[in-house]
Amino acid sequence: MSIIRARGLTKRFGDLVAVAGIDFDIQEGECFGFLGPNGAGKTSTIRMIYGASPVTAGEVWVNGKDVRRCPREIKAAVGVVPQENNLDPDLSVIQNLLVYARYFSIPGAIARDRAREVLELLQLWDRRDSHTESLSSGMKRRLVIARGLINQPKVLILDEPTTGLDPQARHMVWQKLRQLKAQGVTLILTTHYMEEASHLCDRLAILDKGSVLVTGTPSEVISQYVGEEVLELAPRPEGREAIVSWLEQHGLETELVEDMIYVFGRDSSGLPQPPGVFDKVVRRRATLEDVFLRLTGRALRE
Amino acid sequence: MTSQSLLSLSAWRVWQRNWDVFMRLWRVELWPGFLEPVIILLAMGFGLGAFVQPISGQSYLQFIAPGLVASSAMFSASFECTYGSYIRMSFQKTYDAILATPVMVEDVVTGEVLWGATRALFSGGVVLVVITAFGLVQSPAALLVLALLFLQGLAFSSLSLFFTGLAPSIYTFNYYFTLFITPLFFFSGIFFPLEQLPAVFQTISWFTPLTHAVNLYRALVLGQVFWDLAWDLAWLLMFTGIFVVLCQVVMRRRLIV
Repeated sequence: MSIIRARGLTKRFGDLVAVAGIDFDIQEGECFGFLGPNGAGKTSTIRMIYGASPVTAGEVWVNGKDVRRCPREIKAAVGVVPQENNLDPDLSVIQNLLVYARYFSIPGAIARDRAREVLELLQLWDRRDSHTESLSSGMKRRLVIARGLINQPKVLILDEPTTGLDPQARHMVWQKLRQLKAQGVTLILTTHYMEEASHLCDRLAILDKGSVLVTGTPSEVISQYVGEEVLELAPRPEGREAIVSWLEQHGLETELVEDMIYVFGRDSSGLPQPPGVFDKVVRRRATLEDVFLRLTGRALRE
Repeated sequence: MTSQSLLSLSAWRVWQRNWDVFMRLWRVELWPGFLEPVIILLAMGFGLGAFVQPISGQSYLQFIAPGLVASSAMFSASFECTYGSYIRMSFQKTYDAILATPVMVEDVVTGEVLWGATRALFSGGVVLVVITAFGLVQSPAALLVLALLFLQGLAFSSLSLFFTGLAPSIYTFNYYFTLFITPLFFFSGIFFPLEQLPAVFQTISWFTPLTHAVNLYRALVLGQVFWDLAWDLAWLLMFTGIFVVLCQVVMRRRLIV
């Protein structure tokens, strides 16, 4: 059963179309990722799911309820980890959780038990009396996740959960998110780290300019749009033309980017290496990043 | 916005959040509240007052004392619902965090207004204690000032939050205080009877909220209560009712995007 269902979901800010009538279904217990460059409509989409941003047109149901009719009920059942760490700097770590629990009308004794539980889960119990300002960025992020869990949500929505974290902190957050998924929590995240998406997501949607370009499992999407193998070639400038025409003659799928040539192999039979002199040759498996760049282009989004 | 949401439990959750923060800091915040009226009473009442003739039979110290209760409440509610609310809204993103919970925008706005009124009650109450200690309270009717302080607090909190909903940046509040709050402080009958002013200024003053609070508190502190005070009370109630609704409208427009 799908726990979240959107049909023709649209968000406009004046003349700007942030989300252009998209459809998606998210299944209970899965981890679903929204990928896309800056301005693709990821944040607008998830903000509409939890009722923080009014739907311009179309519909979105969470747990069988229409977001526009039952915002309070939906917000009570959803946990949110926003892009920006909006912790309450006037309160200590534990007070942040207790005050937040009160917004959900969770009774004090239960709130204290849950606060301890989520702080222990995210390894912050020792810092419970610290000021939030004294926490490292990784700890702040973990505290925001802990706060998002205080109402024991069926759905946890995470907007760029690991942006700005060092690799250690990022891997710890991933591990905690996998743990939550194993407990049956539905995870919805946005990210522009492809590694994160392939690591965590059961299914994903790539968005660009407010539309869904593709939906599927990471491996489906990779094999459909890129294939199995990628050959990265950095030819010497003088031999470049000959190499490009060799690749064309052999009917290979290529992409030319500045000084680099990318060759895509549809199956695992092994791509032939063109003759010539190269500064660098890398042969690797196709990744989500290849899909992402092929679909959304290489132009900078600012 | 429904009448139910105006006083919903969620609004009190927002109030409680501010109360919790206040309780962390009250030891620091309380003392200026006591010291400031003492300083004004000493400087204006004893210092300047020595050169001023009695006003309607009252010493200058006695004349200004009730008005200081009103001005303290005005400043307190106004600071809380301009700078305080703006920082929570724009810098700390406290409202965004709250709005991801079952609490709705109208609850946040109501909670902030109630909290601003509470701060006004505390500040005005402290000044009331100070002027009582100076022997300047003549009647037990002054206890009614406490209830009116909450009303005056609602008036200034909702007006301030209305302005916050429109303010393009935090620096805009300088205009609010310089062009509106400070003139009210000087021209609402706290430091001299309004009859001293040209008739047009008396009329303008009647249309501003602080004048009515000063009239009410002075009458209650002196124990000289007349029926025409009902006009002051009705005026404050109407003003509060209008701005409680208006601040909801502008804050809603600002917070829901």
